[in-house]
Amino acid sequence: MQIPYEVTARPDTGLYNAKLGIWLFLASEVMLFGGLFSAYVFLRLGAEDGYWPHGLLNVPVGAMNTAILIASSVTVILAWMSLKMRKFMHFKFFLGLSIILGLIFLVVKLAYEWPQKFEHFGAFIKQDALEKYEPYLGNKYLKEKNLDPRVEVSGHIHAVEVTVVDPSKKEHLEKFLESHDLEIGADPHDAKLQIVKHKQPKSESEAPPAGEKESAGKVEGIRPGVAEDLEAVAGEKMESVNGVKIVAFDLGLDPVNAEPTNPESDRPHFWYQGPTETPGRVEVKDVESWSAFTPKHSPYFAVYFTITGLHGLHVLAGVLIMIYFWLPIEGGAKMFKRNPEHLTNRVEVVGLFWHFVDLVWIFVFPIFYLL
Amino acid sequence: MSASHDHDKKVTPGSEPVYKWSDMHLGLYIGVGVGLLLATALTVALSYWDLGRRNNFILAMILATVKVGFVAAVFMHLKGEKWTIWKFLLFTIFFCSGLFLLTLLHTSDPIFGTTHSVH
Repeated sequence: MQIPYEVTARPDTGLYNAKLGIWLFLASEVMLFGGLFSAYVFLRLGAEDGYWPHGLLNVPVGAMNTAILIASSVTVILAWMSLKMRKFMHFKFFLGLSIILGLIFLVVKLAYEWPQKFEHFGAFIKQDALEKYEPYLGNKYLKEKNLDPRVEVSGHIHAVEVTVVDPSKKEHLEKFLESHDLEIGADPHDAKLQIVKHKQPKSESEAPPAGEKESAGKVEGIRPGVAEDLEAVAGEKMESVNGVKIVAFDLGLDPVNAEPTNPESDRPHFWYQGPTETPGRVEVKDVESWSAFTPKHSPYFAVYFTITGLHGLHVLAGVLIMIYFWLPIEGGAKMFKRNPEHLTNRVEVVGLFWHFVDLVWIFVFPIFYLL
Repeated sequence: MSASHDHDKKVTPGSEPVYKWSDMHLGLYIGVGVGLLLATALTVALSYWDLGRRNNFILAMILATVKVGFVAAVFMHLKGEKWTIWKFLLFTIFFCSGLFLLTLLHTSDPIFGTTHSVH
């Protein structure tokens, strides 16, 4: 059955049906992303000084992804133009190029940018402990220069020190470490996670009550050298191991914490500045909250991952639809022989969706990467 | 003849016009694409020019809005598009603006005329 107005314009709207449909869909998408961007505004305006991070994202990589999306917008237009001119091979080439560019965008985002965040760690210091961490924060220097204070110590975790407050749960801890491919050993320089010091209480009766970590020297240090295991150790999973409490984090500090009074750290850098080898130690009793750079870390990363994640899903959807039109199947490129104008309209519709995805990123890039 | 507005013409299935490169505004699309890339570089460069956080934000948003305007007008063919589409897009812009205004209201109290940056 021939569906009317899929090729020619409907007299009352002046548009073929799919075009009217995609614009209605895009209008709803504007409201969806508008809601998320207004959440960003709400969270940012409500953030206290020092609690909205700056310069944590990789600007050159974000700029490259912006250029990739803009280039793909041009190639989608060229694919549509090729169909208008009935140049099938040109269409295949330009739509194929658009698919590749979309995939590059996703790979950069999912295989490089996001994992880099998951390996990074930050601890927000309690207000009454800020003075103690002044060597890492440099707030006196920042105050003199009328800059926002720093309240976070961040970097890569080198070690997590824990207390076994309930020796009867020691076996539980060992199982946990084993299940996360971690090792208990004596060599702190080994590349794997290790408990380097272990002092069991003399007897069960001397064991401190669960939940108290400041107890009679029952301290164990777990030394991670495998970055991807850090979240498993430092995150909630470790807290869920009964009888084990985290005491402190040993970090390789980020440049802003390694040299907090260096004027070069006053403003974000263009090139990504990875963590240094300068050691730093943060005790959990001084910490307000701690996390890898995941949505749990702060409202900034919560809204960053929500918006870029949803945007990434749109990129994925666009790529899948373009692959469908590129493949020699019914409803796809095969349609060129039977009804080329119908295929042209289909490509125009996916093109409109793709330009919208580009349009959203044009706002995402400055607000998260630059400002 | 413009390919982007050929729905203005009465076309029956199978009799659609076939266009040539000269009909397709190729230069316009490439030019806008290059312009967007340059504007991205400009956005990055200006963000490192310390104008104060507020001014940097406003400047970046102005540049982003101009870029988005070009994408919508040229790539999405909104320039010269049917009034039908414009009608519900204007509704969307109106409601989306309302959403942002409501969000901004959380920093002010219109009843007592006070403002606060942190609740």
